[in-house]
Amino acid sequence: MNSREITTQISEAANSLNLKKWDYGASFSNDYSVQVDKGEAKQLKASQKQILTIRVWNKSNLVGITTTSDISESGIKKALKQANIASDFGNKNESTEFSPLAKDSIKVKEVKKRSPVGIKKLLTLLREAEVKLIESHESIKSVPYNGLSESFFERVYANSDGAFRCYSKSQAALYLYARAEEKNNKPRSSGSVKLGYGVDDIDIESCIREASNKTISHLNYSSIKTDKYLICFSPESFLTIINAFSSMFNARSIIDGVSLSNKNSIGEKLSTEALNIYDDGLHEKNISSSPFDGEGTPTKRLCLINRGRIENFIHSESTARIFKTTPTGHAGLGSKVSVSPDWIVVEKSDENFDLKTSLDHSAYKGEFVYIEELNAIHAGVRASQGSFSLPFDGLLYKNGKKISIESATVAGDIKYLLKNIVNIESNQKVTTSGISPHIWVDELSITGDA
Amino acid sequence: MLSSQIKSNEIVFGSCNKDLLEEIIFYGIGLGADFVEIFIENTDNSSVLAEEDFITSVSPSFGRGAGIRIFKEKKDGFVSTNDLTKHGLMRSVSQAIEMLDITDNKKREVFNGLNKHRDYCLSKKNWIDEVPSIHEISEKLLVSTKSLKKNNKIITRKGSYSRNLQEVIIASSDGTYVSDIRLHQTVGLNVIASDAQYRSSGSRRFGSSGMPNEFRLWDHETAANDVFESSMNMLYADYVDAGQMPVVLANKFGGVIFHEACGHLLETTQIERGTTPFENKLNEKIAHESVTAIDEGISEGSFGSLSVDDEGMEPEKSVLIKDGILKKFISDRAGELRTGHKRTGSGRRQNYSFAAASRMRNTYIAKGDYSKEDLINSISDGLYCKSMGGGSVGATGQFNFAVEEGYLIKNGKLTNPVKGATLIGEAKEVMPKISMCGNDLELAPGFCGSISGSVNVTVGQPHIKVDSITVGGR
Repeated sequence: MNSREITTQISEAANSLNLKKWDYGASFSNDYSVQVDKGEAKQLKASQKQILTIRVWNKSNLVGITTTSDISESGIKKALKQANIASDFGNKNESTEFSPLAKDSIKVKEVKKRSPVGIKKLLTLLREAEVKLIESHESIKSVPYNGLSESFFERVYANSDGAFRCYSKSQAALYLYARAEEKNNKPRSSGSVKLGYGVDDIDIESCIREASNKTISHLNYSSIKTDKYLICFSPESFLTIINAFSSMFNARSIIDGVSLSNKNSIGEKLSTEALNIYDDGLHEKNISSSPFDGEGTPTKRLCLINRGRIENFIHSESTARIFKTTPTGHAGLGSKVSVSPDWIVVEKSDENFDLKTSLDHSAYKGEFVYIEELNAIHAGVRASQGSFSLPFDGLLYKNGKKISIESATVAGDIKYLLKNIVNIESNQKVTTSGISPHIWVDELSITGDA
Repeated sequence: MLSSQIKSNEIVFGSCNKDLLEEIIFYGIGLGADFVEIFIENTDNSSVLAEEDFITSVSPSFGRGAGIRIFKEKKDGFVSTNDLTKHGLMRSVSQAIEMLDITDNKKREVFNGLNKHRDYCLSKKNWIDEVPSIHEISEKLLVSTKSLKKNNKIITRKGSYSRNLQEVIIASSDGTYVSDIRLHQTVGLNVIASDAQYRSSGSRRFGSSGMPNEFRLWDHETAANDVFESSMNMLYADYVDAGQMPVVLANKFGGVIFHEACGHLLETTQIERGTTPFENKLNEKIAHESVTAIDEGISEGSFGSLSVDDEGMEPEKSVLIKDGILKKFISDRAGELRTGHKRTGSGRRQNYSFAAASRMRNTYIAKGDYSKEDLINSISDGLYCKSMGGGSVGATGQFNFAVEEGYLIKNGKLTNPVKGATLIGEAKEVMPKISMCGNDLELAPGFCGSISGSVNVTVGQPHIKVDSITVGGR
């Protein structure tokens, strides 16, 4: 069945059950992936998957939902019936409606879709990449975590009011995580991830080079003394921390009382005036972009922090109604609709006169800690309290030399961190979760075991 | 003729599918596979969320699918699909064969048909009718969240319940033919407390397997008191000072340290990757002699217990470490094939879309001889970790986990609550430092995410003392 046929089938089944108001979201995917181990294929995987989520509104306008992988005629009917039963328990305290923008036209770039290259080519490319990475340095002994995959998927949203949105696209991903070993030293490990619309779009050489350089940079390591340090966050690590605390901009989290912000926080000064942060799911560099969200609202660029002050929150249909604004294209589709950012873009604003521009990660000669990658976000972030304590991969720059930090955590408070930004470098880097320049923060606590 | 005797062109749950399964396995072997495994599941899940004094989400879901794995020598090809027809399953077999590039089908393995059906479902077929209804769940969750409202500093109250019912059929070319029904229920309570600039949170999760009545018996009042007290104790807590110090880890979920620090490194998947420091340490001392550690899937009702694993093997009780000596690895079919370590009934997967891998079940440190007070009294300056958050282990064996509720130990006594602590270290270095084990072993449920998805597990331990560990703080 194609997406139009499924919509028709749901419509007919809903009519037969006397369900007048419904919507659904569906995704259909075919995924292929390979892993290798020292030149040999390890696991080759293919999957065909379909997920259908149906919401129905009962006569009291309460919503019920059901999710299923069974899109047969009987499966669809069962899902509608279950959703109808669930609607008896719909949230009486906060209503849900169709997005008022679900039928608006979408101004979106052409969605890029590639053809499958097939398992054999995936395997050949990954084998070659593994060999090149191991040969790139004598200390790199293996690539224990690796994978090359390609996915082809279609997403649909439709409702009983006539909204119908659909797009299909492709995506490929390569990850290489190398392990280096030297006599009398602990093993060191690091890696790289690259995305593309198709396998042929992935810069494999750059992934190998990045994984190799990062791993080698950690061979010469030492423990660090517990103290407060000047910190330079890599683009990846700064985006990690902003995403971890994105509940600050999330209207759903604000309503639920789990955000550091409140309804009146628009305009609140969070950081130096030099900082701008946007959410831009449609950014041309965002391989994972989607033209609409789970409720059918078009995706758009939204300013979250403008010159250091909160400018907007991200919304679903229901949170937007509560805040008396319009949905922003950040909703999921659920019994309780979740809200989440798409793709964060961090920029230096034009009010950047107070920045210490001498702080440049490639040229600064003073002492600082370079945080390459933050780990264990799920364990070390207390988003509702604003605190974090996170292990990281990083380097200590001191007296013109750099040395890898053996094992350490960085701890602090997100508001303190944002207020203590002392430089935003000019060059932005595209990562898998957004775009950011290097960001310098003064006086964060590092715990080491020196 | 009984419906179960009709030869079907589609997998039918609750019926005999032997002929169809044999046909598919014969097909794979005939194409040159060394081994063919079929895992089929049918799920019926529900979750309910109560916030403050309202039910804000009820989410039922159901689905079915199959995962087909083909081995050729040590390589495996895995295909998952929602299509349970004969045509769909055979197409998946062909796809796996093609992926593995099997062209030589002359050297055929022998498939003698499936063994007698081992049906673990017999006593479980009524579970779906015995579990609490959405109405019953909602009522109890609302009573629970009401119990959390003990003062005006509690600003957010949540109660959540989820129930997963999974019916599985497992068949493979070594003759394995098994059916089972699994039931898992979890319930959790969360609060956020606030007073001026101070904020804290508290949470607890409870879980069971195979016990449809368990949610009804859950003591929500005791759970609510525990969560409330934890949030109040931590509300005005200072941030912990970072450094190296001795710590006492509480029992129950304190066992996450062993799970993360050592348990993952004893899975054969880690040997396959070459990422465990314990690979060649069998029968060698890897931990303090006070440490005996076990992984098993047989404790009745525990969250990680199974009648049969996802490869059709009954779980065993595996003594991983005995008095500090490494005795066994946790192994699945691929692990046995690639590392030589015998299967332990630990082949597990989140669902049909993952290939099984060696995974922990109920994993705990055995009890010792000391009381909790003995452990605390032995420390002049350290940290007591009463409640642990999540954690992870990296590719080089480095682990970390968050302390949700911690107290300073001064001169053998518990003193001020502290927050923001993270414990970090390396398994190889920390295991020899577990010098004292208490006599109060208790288990706690959790979810473990790894190569074959998220699976239900139990962690556990008595109170234990670690002589020195890095505590991340401010």
